[in-house]
Amino acid sequence: MHLKNYLPDSCRKIDQLAKVIGYRVRLSQSEWIVPRIGINLNLESVVSTKNSQFVEGSKSRNRRLAFRKSSSSVIFLLLSLSSIFFSISNASNANAAETATKLYGTVSDKDGVAIPNVGIAVTGPEGFTKDLTTDSQGNWEVEILTKGTFNLTINQDDLPDGQSLTDPTKSTIRANVFMLGVDLKILFPIGPGVAAASLLERSAQLAVDGLILGLVIGLAALGLNLIFGTTGLTNFAHGEILTLGGLLTYYLSAIVKLPVVIAVPIAILLGAFISGFLQDRYLWKPLRKRGTGLIAMLVVSIGLAIFLRYFFLFLFGGDTRQLPQYAGQAGLELGIVSITPKSILTTSIGIVFIVLATLWLLRTRMGKASRAVSDNPALASASGIDVQKVIRAVWVLGAGLATYAGVIVTVNQGVSFLMGQDMLLLIFAAVTLGGLGTANGALVGSLIIGLFVQLSTLFIPTELKYVGALIILIIILIVRPQGILGKKERIG
Amino acid sequence: MDFLFITQQTLSATIGVNTIIFALAAIGLNMHFGYTGLLNFGQAGFLAIGAYSVAVPVISFGIPLWIAFLIGIFNSIIFALLLGIPTLRLRADYLAIVTIAAAEIVRQIARSATFNEFLGGSDGITGKFGKDFFALNPFKSGLDTPILRFNANDLWVVITGWTLVAVITFVMWIMVNSPWGRLMRAIREDEDAVRSLGKNVYLYKMQSLIIGGVIGSTGGFVYALSRQSVQPDNYGTALTFFAYTVLILGGAARVFSPIVGAMIFWFLIVFIEQILRQGVTNDLIPDWLIGVNQVGQIRFMLMGLGLMALMIFRPQGIFGDKKELALDAKA
Repeated sequence: MHLKNYLPDSCRKIDQLAKVIGYRVRLSQSEWIVPRIGINLNLESVVSTKNSQFVEGSKSRNRRLAFRKSSSSVIFLLLSLSSIFFSISNASNANAAETATKLYGTVSDKDGVAIPNVGIAVTGPEGFTKDLTTDSQGNWEVEILTKGTFNLTINQDDLPDGQSLTDPTKSTIRANVFMLGVDLKILFPIGPGVAAASLLERSAQLAVDGLILGLVIGLAALGLNLIFGTTGLTNFAHGEILTLGGLLTYYLSAIVKLPVVIAVPIAILLGAFISGFLQDRYLWKPLRKRGTGLIAMLVVSIGLAIFLRYFFLFLFGGDTRQLPQYAGQAGLELGIVSITPKSILTTSIGIVFIVLATLWLLRTRMGKASRAVSDNPALASASGIDVQKVIRAVWVLGAGLATYAGVIVTVNQGVSFLMGQDMLLLIFAAVTLGGLGTANGALVGSLIIGLFVQLSTLFIPTELKYVGALIILIIILIVRPQGILGKKERIG
Repeated sequence: MDFLFITQQTLSATIGVNTIIFALAAIGLNMHFGYTGLLNFGQAGFLAIGAYSVAVPVISFGIPLWIAFLIGIFNSIIFALLLGIPTLRLRADYLAIVTIAAAEIVRQIARSATFNEFLGGSDGITGKFGKDFFALNPFKSGLDTPILRFNANDLWVVITGWTLVAVITFVMWIMVNSPWGRLMRAIREDEDAVRSLGKNVYLYKMQSLIIGGVIGSTGGFVYALSRQSVQPDNYGTALTFFAYTVLILGGAARVFSPIVGAMIFWFLIVFIEQILRQGVTNDLIPDWLIGVNQVGQIRFMLMGLGLMALMIFRPQGIFGDKKELALDAKA
């Protein structure tokens, strides 16, 4: 899969520009690399926005989202690329060999006010070290004569009060010099950012983010678990229900141009109908009738997931797209945490949905019947319960909840065709953690996974937060294989 | 349309490097799933470990390639133990979820910037780590005939790769027809019955996981060597799923099915892709329907549909025996 498919339009322009000068821009984990010219365009400085913290997607998706938010970053990139263009022509004129390369940059806060007298330590190959400080304009530069990797470390103690690195792990920036004569501009990401917040504040913010993520996982996991309980199907295509929900919302709101408040209910109904009713009616019910085995159905769901994922890519393209309405909503400061009104609203509705679903399970005839079916389908059938009807109801409910989970993600972070796939493993982890086939277990598991994913970033790099969640899953399975609320006989 | 070109591309792919990689991955899965009934969805993790174990020691530590192969086998044994110890006592779907999670852990760690130094981040590792291997290449020029086309390096990889596949298949054939192999199939059919005969089922399942995993990691060796680079995102869950498609296509629990499955799989993929591509470039397929960039997506959609259809209508695959392995067994 080519990266270009994932990039928003604005980034394609960069790709084209890069092509003009004969190089391909590649998206790397932490920087844009223009290979062979030897320039790392470090985007942390321009793209780190507070909102990107909330993004639960993969690291690279964070960056894609951040890209959309900050058009200035694009301009910055274009400028940098054009400067590369010129410096290349200069370099070829000068016949490179003994030309010095200048590493330079400006230390300024978020508002562009220069910060003087900040120490920067440079280390490089062959024992190269140099300490510099920024001048009154916040500028600094260092000349180097050898190729290699240079590390630039900013002295964080020199920053004035209230200013610090927005990402504390970026105190050292690596610059790869592959070719001499090409100057590198290096920016440290400074703002009143995360590091300025105390551990308590960061934990509180992450806990809120974690609860929201947990709720999204929980909405999806509840349906997955109900379906597993009643039919025994481990549905690998469940993530695609989220994606469809997101795409429907996007379609209704951005293309049909309905207001979001109207688009969302329609999307939920459509999602429940298509992913629940139609899917069960025309795919899974016939398979159950044929007596297809559980493992065979699992593989069918994998095939369905692959088909749908690329079908969505075919229709929608690889971009992450925001809804036109409420796209750049500012966060409300509630005590020590910041949270956008749209995410408060969408999560509250999500909680209402979960409560309603739980009441449905506990109080209504159909809900009780569904629990009877998950306990023992044959016995339930013998006692006069219409098992197929119960399964249909569970599919519609599960799909509706998962669709809404997709809606929450879409409203708050935008939608891409990979959305469901990114969430699927977390959903599985939550369900397994809580105990396969237990409805309330899924919710507990989801909250734990959501909180763990977010809070673990206090201690481990953000990009590894899912790894932490998956490792927790494996550890829980060793200690308590039936899950937190699972019954022992279920593990077989 | 250039049918000669399509034929050449398709036939070359049918016996090409990718077929070898997927055959090896599927032979490993055949051991796990076909003969022992283990639902391992982490085969991509084994391939990734094989691939990185070849590239990292050679590039970062200057260890000879031949020792790197041993490191790769050792690492995949360790990975199998890590996977197996917590999960082999559990029901099949737990194993599925944990193995898919573990493979994802491997990929995410491999692509993380934290270990950029050794593992190369999301760009992976590109370098001449296979030069010891290609130094033995007796072919000075590649093969260029109307029906087959390989460059010199690919030809060498293809020949050694098929030799490896043949050796492994032969060993598999001996193993599954031994008393040990019968025991494995007995575990697949009824674990409790085997346990009641006094066998340590856990230990046998672990042996199966290790053997299949090591075979999968040799697929990773071929993957890395053939491209002289390792890229983490090639080892995503899709790789595992397609390895399953290959296995089921040929028919699980048959020694030759992974090979045949892989050949058919790549034949179909490349054939369909070439037809579509030529159709689009020669304006036989209108632009509004399929753009040039969308051919790959159509291909994946067909693969998904194909997997579904195969599972629904012919779960025993092309050569599988429905009595030997009906995938319909209730787990």
